[in-house]
Amino acid sequence: MVELDTGATAWMLMSASLVLLMTPGLAFFYGGMVRTKSVLNMMMMSFGSIAVVAVVYVLWGWSMSYGADVGGIFGNPFDQFGLQGAIYDESGEFLIDGFGVPNIVGVGFQATFAIITVALISGALADRVKFGTWMIFTAIWVTVCYFPLAHMVWGGGFLSGSADGLAAMVFGTTGTGADEVASVAPIDFAGGTVVHINAGIAALVLAIIIGKRKGFGKEPMRPHNLTLVMLGAALLWFGWFGFNGGSAFTADGFAGLAWVNTTTATAAAVIGWLVTEKLRDGSATSLGAASGVVAGLVAITPAAGSVSPVGSLAVGAVAGVLSALAVGLKFKFGYDDSLDVVGVHLVSGLWGTVAIGFLATETGLFYGGGVEQLVVQILIALVAVAFAGIVTLVIGLILKSTIGWRISEEDEVGGIDLAVHGESAYEIAAQGGTIKEVRA
Amino acid sequence: MKLVTGIIQPHRLDDVKTSLEAAGIRGMTVSEASGYGRQKGHTEVYRGAEYTVDLVPKVRIEVLVDDETAPTVTDVVVQAAQTGRIGDGKVWTVPVEDVVRVRTGEHGAGAL
Repeated sequence: MVELDTGATAWMLMSASLVLLMTPGLAFFYGGMVRTKSVLNMMMMSFGSIAVVAVVYVLWGWSMSYGADVGGIFGNPFDQFGLQGAIYDESGEFLIDGFGVPNIVGVGFQATFAIITVALISGALADRVKFGTWMIFTAIWVTVCYFPLAHMVWGGGFLSGSADGLAAMVFGTTGTGADEVASVAPIDFAGGTVVHINAGIAALVLAIIIGKRKGFGKEPMRPHNLTLVMLGAALLWFGWFGFNGGSAFTADGFAGLAWVNTTTATAAAVIGWLVTEKLRDGSATSLGAASGVVAGLVAITPAAGSVSPVGSLAVGAVAGVLSALAVGLKFKFGYDDSLDVVGVHLVSGLWGTVAIGFLATETGLFYGGGVEQLVVQILIALVAVAFAGIVTLVIGLILKSTIGWRISEEDEVGGIDLAVHGESAYEIAAQGGTIKEVRA
Repeated sequence: MKLVTGIIQPHRLDDVKTSLEAAGIRGMTVSEASGYGRQKGHTEVYRGAEYTVDLVPKVRIEVLVDDETAPTVTDVVVQAAQTGRIGDGKVWTVPVEDVVRVRTGEHGAGAL
């Protein structure tokens, strides 16, 4: 057994905390982009996701992600249900992973990823979705979509480098016995497929199932507070150091490389986005800068451990340009992805995952590594799209035909905050009234 | 008694206020307003979606004075608020039947 590494453990605890901070950060990022009448609902969807997913994660989430493999698709939920066998060994000592970090720290770290992935989807659902349906959706989606995909990519399943995975089927294996692995292992450092393609495609499918807001594409739906959006983007960036840096699973050079790439790609993406909109629209906007931050962070997520800082500039700059161009598509195709989860997370997530095939310093096409890595990256991206798309479609349609997604049109126009949560975010002018009853 | 109301550019408010004080006019009410006249609105672009914003932010000032002082107030406001560009606003005067000072209950000119 590996000795406890206190330095690595400290960094992983810090990383888990940073990643958890991203979800409230996302609440600010999204909350500032909606109108005053629905900012609380927007933020509550993120906080609701923390509440539901953290509970689900310790019960069966960890086990379905990293428990005993079932057909390469998911882990057995009963294998480590309630984290039994995931914390202590037979002699009652804390289980330590290969990096000298207690297993329970890894559980916490992974739980925060599941939380933010679900919360990302909420950006497509602004102003119009029943809070109860959202809460139920989060529990179902994380169970049948997120945990399986996390298992497939990170838990030794179908999309990992395992000897019976997709990559091994295409390009064969090396090694023998227990050491047999795919010759060309798929690379998803911190969640290009599991987090961003997954959430992005789910957002697209749900936006289509749930339908447009009243007035979408006609009435102005301007962001009500861009300073909140900037604050949210900054918190996301800060938290992302844990997301990518922590995905090295120890405090080492890989963590440092991921940290630098996370900064450089993001900076390049901001420039890419701003130049694009300056040329097209005439202004470099703060919303564009904040969006460029997120696009860059998304794109570098899968690649943070395998590209050089110079390569990361290309990953980020292209992501900024692609996402800046992609956010307008919803108006063209008429799906109300309210806050551009598709344009930012799906598009930059796909790009980042595929970019590894070109820019990975060991196996990328531009570094003389041939096309194999590129083919593998495209394949895992496509499987992630198909899997998450189909699973979300089924969940979305079932919820639509049972409890329903939409609040009434009257409530939507009047404002979901007041209608669903019984609150309003801002006292803009004196509104009068008295305390009617105190329930204690 | 007269009520002089001015709709002016928000950035002229400080000059208007200072000029009125210099002219010996005490007291005014200021509120934020939005509207449009000959000045058209503007466009804003959010993630590639262009919005036209019709209503332009303005400041409304209101001054209650006796009949003789009203033309002075109008002159001072117009002078201080003027930039010479479209969108400078308007000033108008209307007669006021009665004024009451809430603290003392005084009516008419004594309440000004």
